[in-house]
Amino acid sequence: MASELITLKTTGLKTDEMIINMGPQHPATHGVLRLLLTLDGEFVKHVEPVIGHLHRAQEWQGQNRTWFQYQALIDRVDYLSGMFTSWAMARSAEHIEDIKVPLRAEYYRVMVSEMNRITSHLLWLGTYLIDLGAMFGFPFYPFREREKLLDLFEAIAGQRMMFNYIRIGGVQHEAPDGWFAKLKQFTEDFPDRVDEYEAIVTENPIFLKRTKGVGRLKKSVAMDYGVTGPSLRASGVNYDLRKFKPYSVYDRLQFEVPVMEGDGDTWARYMCRIAEMRQSNEIIKQCMAQIPGGTADELREKRKACNSCGKEDCANCGGDLKLSGKKQMAGMRIKAGEGFAAVESPRGVLGCYIISNGSDKPARFRWRNPSFSNLSVLPELLVGSPIADIMAVFGSIDVILPDVDR
Amino acid sequence: MSVQVPDELKDTVTVTNVDFVVEKLSEMLSPVVSPLVSPIANWARSNSVWPLTFGTSCCAIEMMSVGMSAFDISRFGSEVFRATPRQADLIITAGTITRKMAPALITLYEQLPEPKYVIAMGACTVTGGMFNDSYSVVQGVDRIIPVDVYLPGCPPRPEGILDALLKLQQRIRTQSLEDRRKKGNSEMRPVRYVDYDTGRPMEDLIEEAKALTKEDLKA
Repeated sequence: MASELITLKTTGLKTDEMIINMGPQHPATHGVLRLLLTLDGEFVKHVEPVIGHLHRAQEWQGQNRTWFQYQALIDRVDYLSGMFTSWAMARSAEHIEDIKVPLRAEYYRVMVSEMNRITSHLLWLGTYLIDLGAMFGFPFYPFREREKLLDLFEAIAGQRMMFNYIRIGGVQHEAPDGWFAKLKQFTEDFPDRVDEYEAIVTENPIFLKRTKGVGRLKKSVAMDYGVTGPSLRASGVNYDLRKFKPYSVYDRLQFEVPVMEGDGDTWARYMCRIAEMRQSNEIIKQCMAQIPGGTADELREKRKACNSCGKEDCANCGGDLKLSGKKQMAGMRIKAGEGFAAVESPRGVLGCYIISNGSDKPARFRWRNPSFSNLSVLPELLVGSPIADIMAVFGSIDVILPDVDR
Repeated sequence: MSVQVPDELKDTVTVTNVDFVVEKLSEMLSPVVSPLVSPIANWARSNSVWPLTFGTSCCAIEMMSVGMSAFDISRFGSEVFRATPRQADLIITAGTITRKMAPALITLYEQLPEPKYVIAMGACTVTGGMFNDSYSVVQGVDRIIPVDVYLPGCPPRPEGILDALLKLQQRIRTQSLEDRRKKGNSEMRPVRYVDYDTGRPMEDLIEEAKALTKEDLKA
């Protein structure tokens, strides 16, 4: 792109700089982002993202809510992957108090989180194709699968998007009857569905023209800016917290982290997310096979023998088969201390830093949001590219604006 | 009442003249025609409400879902999400409106052609909801723009959006456009500057303050 800029200049055509405002109301900004573009003809010379249009003071609110109340609020930090925000906070609090999470709860966490990763990537896929101009034809396909997963979320957590399912110490509910069977059916069907998307999109000449070689993110630049998640892995850096620093039960699961070769262009980021969806599907399958106590239906049958006594030494209710290592109640406290924990969310490393003073409210709350650092690399990607590529590049790094602004 | 046009601009304002003539004609004919036409026109308008793609946060995702095959808002004639306010009839305020975003929303509302409608979607835009103590969130979008239908929930289910749309359609069918025009700016004006503590328009407060000072001066 830079070479085209030079040729434009050498032809003797005189162009003036123009400053254009894009947003905050723009159908493709996935929320409210304002971009101040300095253009030289068709080409972008400088980009300044203006953020804060969705600043809702969520960190500040964390310090004014009790632990129990704030658990319900944090799904809104990153609304496409609420499980991960809950999980980051839960892990951080568990780190402070040294709570041991029961094994069955850990498997539930991994399972619902990977489901959430799939829903997040599916939504990205649908909206990204809209951004590229495939108006309301293609998005029906990913949303079809997404609805199936949302139904499962609704059955287990009671809400389609704001789950409040992963709690400090464990998870909230046992799955209802038939949930595992439905999930199994989904995991069997899903690879075919991904093949379907790929058949439509991957080799599509228009899609290739819009994405191949556009928005190249060099490995070194990505690492300098602290880009994480699929956007980083598409640039060829093998960094995934699930492998690099396994938490929960990820060390017991067999999966590969998809890493793309070479300078990550927009197409590589697309391929990386498609591959991640397949991997997440595999992880869910393994979790369903490995979960201690078996499916919820089987466990309920077993618990009829002991009448669901809930005692610690019971073979069907206690130990690994519990759902929470900490009693959930309105006035619950976490002992004094500080903790940081991070999880690999669909957008990258999502961290949560908490200082607790032993009261029922956190003393200080701080999020490390992947979208914020991913967005900060946007000017690097856009300089020199034509104005039509802005949304193709911006969409490909998958930024969620509340995640940027908190 | 007549349109005052300077002589040098006489050639360029044909559209204004047409508007003026149409307005006069409609004023004369409306007692006869409107009982016949307006039910049909309202029925047609209510079944083709085009929303603006205005989504700030979580609710926008549910607004997207409602356009997809599982819920299919096109059954009710509203699948045409327009990206520009000049082609839209309806703003669904999907997501939190912060103080930084409020001026943009007001501009969008002003740019919508009349008749325009607003559905306040989600707890944040109805009352402030979960962010009721947040310093940066507008506590209820009805503080800045007039709202027709309130849709609570965090976020509301897609069925909820369909229900709100049906309620709005009922409202459109029972409304006459002339009553709407007569209501004028007093009830349908957007409020650009809000006193966020009391939730009242700044203009009203200034008027009150002026009235008070006048009385003081008189005394």
